[in-house]
This record gives sequence, structure tokens and C-alpha cells, in this order.
Amino acid sequence: MAVGVLHRPGRGATAGIDQQRAVKADRRAELTLGALGVGVLALIGLMLVTVLINAWPSFSANGLSWFGSGGEVVTQFRAMQSGTPLPGHSVLYFRAWPLIWGTLITTVPAALIALVVSTLAAIFLIEFAPASVRRVLEPVVRLLAGIPSVVYGLFGILVLVPYVNEHLISNARKASVEHVVQLNGADLFTATLVLTLMILPIMIAISAGALSAVPPAWREGSAALGVNRWRTMWRVSVRTARPAIAAGLVLATARALGEAIMLSMLSGGRPFAANPLDGLTFFFEPVQPLAATIVKEFGGQSGGPVASTIYAIAAVLLFSAALLSLAAWAVKQPLKRYGIGA
Amino acid sequence: MASVAAGERPTRPPAIVRPRREGTATWPLADRICHALCWAVGVGLCVITIAIVVFMLVKGITYLRPKLFIEHPAPAGPGAQAKSGGFLDPIVGTFIVTAIGIAIAAPAGIGLATWLNEYGRPRWLARTVESAIEMIAGVPSIVLAIFGLVIFSRPFLAFLSQPGATVALSQSFIIAGIMMSLLALPLVFTATRESLTQLPPRLREASYALGKTRATTIRRVLLPSPQMRTGMATGVVLGMGRIIGDTAILTILLGSTLKNEAVGHVPVWGTLRGTGSTLTSYIYNNSPAGEGGAPQKAYAAAFLLLMSVLVLNAAVTRLTGGQGGATRLTRIGRRALLTGVGGNG
Repeated sequence: MAVGVLHRPGRGATAGIDQQRAVKADRRAELTLGALGVGVLALIGLMLVTVLINAWPSFSANGLSWFGSGGEVVTQFRAMQSGTPLPGHSVLYFRAWPLIWGTLITTVPAALIALVVSTLAAIFLIEFAPASVRRVLEPVVRLLAGIPSVVYGLFGILVLVPYVNEHLISNARKASVEHVVQLNGADLFTATLVLTLMILPIMIAISAGALSAVPPAWREGSAALGVNRWRTMWRVSVRTARPAIAAGLVLATARALGEAIMLSMLSGGRPFAANPLDGLTFFFEPVQPLAATIVKEFGGQSGGPVASTIYAIAAVLLFSAALLSLAAWAVKQPLKRYGIGA
Repeated sequence: MASVAAGERPTRPPAIVRPRREGTATWPLADRICHALCWAVGVGLCVITIAIVVFMLVKGITYLRPKLFIEHPAPAGPGAQAKSGGFLDPIVGTFIVTAIGIAIAAPAGIGLATWLNEYGRPRWLARTVESAIEMIAGVPSIVLAIFGLVIFSRPFLAFLSQPGATVALSQSFIIAGIMMSLLALPLVFTATRESLTQLPPRLREASYALGKTRATTIRRVLLPSPQMRTGMATGVVLGMGRIIGDTAILTILLGSTLKNEAVGHVPVWGTLRGTGSTLTSYIYNNSPAGEGGAPQKAYAAAFLLLMSVLVLNAAVTRLTGGQGGATRLTRIGRRALLTGVGGNG
């Protein structure tokens, strides 16, 4: 072999000055970029710690009853703002149950409806849609994901809310709960409807991704046995992709949980614990989820009792989101067995 | 590919002969119902989305006037739509916030992705960083806003906003932009990472075989390759879409003044330190939910916002190769959607 100069990769005794310099530069690049990574970790840590520290006064003043019910959230916030504690309580007195309940009854139904719709849509996208329809549906799903939540909110508040108010809520229904709460169309029903639409695209994308990653041989095997396309899809593909679909559900729930702007525009903006015992009226009662409360009650100041309560709400959201991310990861693990990286 | 001897037929994979699709007539009733449901959901979704978008666009263009683009916003009294000014400031605001956000997120995201994919040592650190970025993607933007509020209200950071009574105000374009970069970071990161893993190994091998170090390989071979450019550009565009669409961070970290109000007398830096509005916060404040109550202005601004989302969407489609089957949605699209384009907040 007539090779003049043998360049060894990386470091070596024969490496020239340039080579040594390059190796040093390489090391420097590695350390710089690694430091960036450590920075991201520090940021996460800082976020957890600062939010918790600032939330602590609210939690410690209320104990575990912070999560319980008792009194009106609005009066509690006003008391904090004016600095005059409610009789017999500390100035930080706060009971978040109406807000937590509001979050639950908007998020859970939206996630469940979206689960059914997105699974069907994903099956349609992967299996049944002719190429022409697919060419429309795919950008549509992406567009649905791209519409900013304030536009959803604007559409809801200017179109859906008046419609629901005029056509779906009868005057008799309004009169029946007049003394407790005013029904105006910005309510559980409208909020859940738009929320469902907003979380659909993530779920469709994740489900469709997993469905298309199912090894074709499995589907072909089923088809060769004479099983029709729907059954093949349902019994083989959907079953295989179940962990991914579940992960999609969890991530979509996290998304719904954190949705603040649209919900603050559409959910009625009154921390009212809608009561399922009210029958149909339940759906037309206003709610106020946790995230929307931050938008509503934030007054611009970064200290004081109101701020502390808002930090506490943020801490609850942060931990729920982290738990849900973890759950999504855990739920996806079985897919690794099939060698489907979803 | 390989040259083919004259006269010889080029070796192609045999054409796929698709059997004629079986009709559904022979299926059990339950299967037929489910099949019909699939169609209903798919078509219904298209119809609903297109209806919403077209409705907003038509409404918006009805109220759009050229002078809206050149006038500063003014507070709208009840029934005083005509006097509530235009949205010059929000447009400028959107540009400022997006520019700051991307200027931070793009280098950080690309750097992190290359570090993770090309170096990735020590393993545990790499894995932790990856989960951390995934976690940032999962944090609601309203929580990011609250976090930013706490951090930037430290008095020694008052030079980024303006000093308040006891602590810094922590509301300014620069602060909003910094927090916005956290929204775009996961998108840039995933898109870059995705294309790095899909690069053919021969690129790296050839470079290493020439005795080049990893840093040189990354800088001279990997990043300039067309696939990487596309991937990084996709990430940046997705990140921009995310930043443009976010409202939650703005309502907390940019204040509720519709006009961009500079602090101090330094021309550009003063504006960056000052409060103001962007298109999303303009819409929010002019909708019945905010105090403005000028829905026509909100519609008009929503038109602009939707148009920019549509343009960015088209850009992503172009970048990722135009048409494409479900795989397109699954590749970059899925990852992107996973972390969210626009949406949340």
C-alpha cells in the first residue's frame, strides 16, 4: 500500500500540530454543548424549586385543605387582594376544589371524546381514506393543531357562546337556576366542545403514527386469513398500537390541563362548581379550570397573597403535567417489545 | 444508480399489483357501521376545520382595512370601534417576540440535538437532558409564564424590564421572548435530532476516515448537508408557529398595554425593555373576554394571525417534501404535533 501520510482518526502519536489543535477544538465543542445540556437540567430544577418556594406560603397556610372545598373562590381572591382576611381565617385562606373540579369536568370528558374520535380518524387516515381524501385530511389535521388557542377562543366567544345562549338554553332553564348562577352560553358544554377539538390533532397524529408502524406482515397475515379490513385494523393494528394510543390520551390530557387562554374565554369565568345533579342544566353551568384562573386572577404583581396563591395553582399544574409526561412514557413501554418506536 | 447495459431491462422492483378493494357489502353489520363511522369522523373533521378557518378568514377580511396596518392601537370605549386604532404595534410586537424567541431557541435546540446525537457522553446525562427537554415540551405555557415572572422579578434583573415598587416589573418584550424560546426549543430540538438520526452513516464515516474530528464533521459535513438544513429549517418554522400562536405567556409577561411603550431613551433597547402587545394579546384584549370589546378589530387581527399560521404550515409542508402519505404525518409531523404546533396556551 503506497499511502504517503496515514491520517489516524482522532488522537495518535503521529498526529500533527493541526491534528492536536483539532482534537482540542473537538473537546471544547463537546464541553460547550454539554454545558448547554446541563443548563437545561438546571433550568428545570430551578423551575421546580422557584415555583414551589413561592407557592409554599399558600400551601402551608391552608394545609391539605387547599385541595378541599369551602366558600367561594372569588370572595377568597378579593379578600387576598384587599388584605382583609375573611373572618376567622388567615389572609391566605384558599380552597381550590371548585377550580380542580372545573379542570376535571372539562379535561376528562374532552379527553374521552377525543379518544374515540381520534382513533376512528386515525384508522380512517391510515386504512380507509382514498389518496385524494387523505391529501385533504392530513393538512387539515395539521392546521387544526396550528390554530392558536386565542383564535379558538375568539371563535367560541363570538360564535358558539351566543348560539348556545340563544338556541340551546331555554329561558325556563335560565330561570330555574337564576338565584344561584347566571347561564349565558359560556359554559361547560362550549368549553369542552372546543377543548376536544383542540386536543384531537395530537391524538390523531400519535395514533396514526403508531398504526402505520405496525409491521405490515401482521396485517397481511390477518387479511390472508380472510379477515376484513375493519376487523384486521381493529384486532391487529389497533390492538398493537394500544400503548401508543394510551400515551396519546395522556399527552392530550396534559395539553387540555394546561390550556388557559381558550378556557378563560369560554368557560364562563366564574369559579362555580357545576353540579351533575342538576341534570341537563349541568352542561350549561359555568366552570373555571385551574389554568384559566391564573389568567383571570393575575393582577400584575409578583408578590403578596394573591401571587402566592397563583404560584400554588401553577405548582399543581406543573406537577400534574410532569406526572402525566411520566405516565405517557411508562404507558408506551410495551411497544418497545414489538420493536415499534412510537 | 448502477449503469445498465444497453438492451437490458432496468431492474426495478416488480410493480405492485393492488388487488381490487373488496366492497363492504359482505361485512358483518357491526363492521359496516364502524367503517361508516370512520368515514363520518374523517370527513366531519375536514368539514368542521375548514368551516372554522373559512369563517374566521371571511369575517376577518370583512373588517380588515389598510389603515389598520399603519395606526397605533387606542383604547376602545364601548361602541367606539372606529376609534380604537389599528394594529401596527401588535404586528411589530409579534415580530420582536418571535425574533427573540427564535434567536435563542434555534442555536440552543440545534446545539443540544447535535450534542445528544453526536457526543452523548456521559450516557446518563444525555438521557436526562433528553427527558428534560421532553418535560419542557409538556409544561403548560401558563406555568412557564409564572416561572418567568418569578425569575425576572429579581431586582438585579430589572435592566430587562423596569424597576417596580420593590421588585422588578418583569414585563417586557425581552422577557416574553426569552420565555417563548422555551416553547420553540423542543420543536427545534426534535426536528434537528430526527434529521440527524436519519442521515446516512456514510457521511460521518467518510469524514472520520479522513481523520476529521467530530466537531469538524458536525460543522463542515453534517450541518451543511441538505437533509440537515431542511430538518433545522422545519424545526425553526414550527417553533415560530408555536411562538406566534401563544397568548398565555404574553398576558403575564408583556403587560396589557396595547401600545408598545418604550422604557428610557435608548431607541431599540428601550422598546425591548418596554411593555406592549402582539397579535394574540391584541385579539385577547379586544375580544369580549378582555376589556377592549372591539370584536371587529379582533376578527381582523385573527385574520392576520391565521394567515401567518397558514403560511408557516405551507412552509413546513414544502420543507418536508410536499405531498406524502401517512408517513409524512408520522415522521416530522408526528413529533412536531407531539410537542405542539401553535396550539396550547
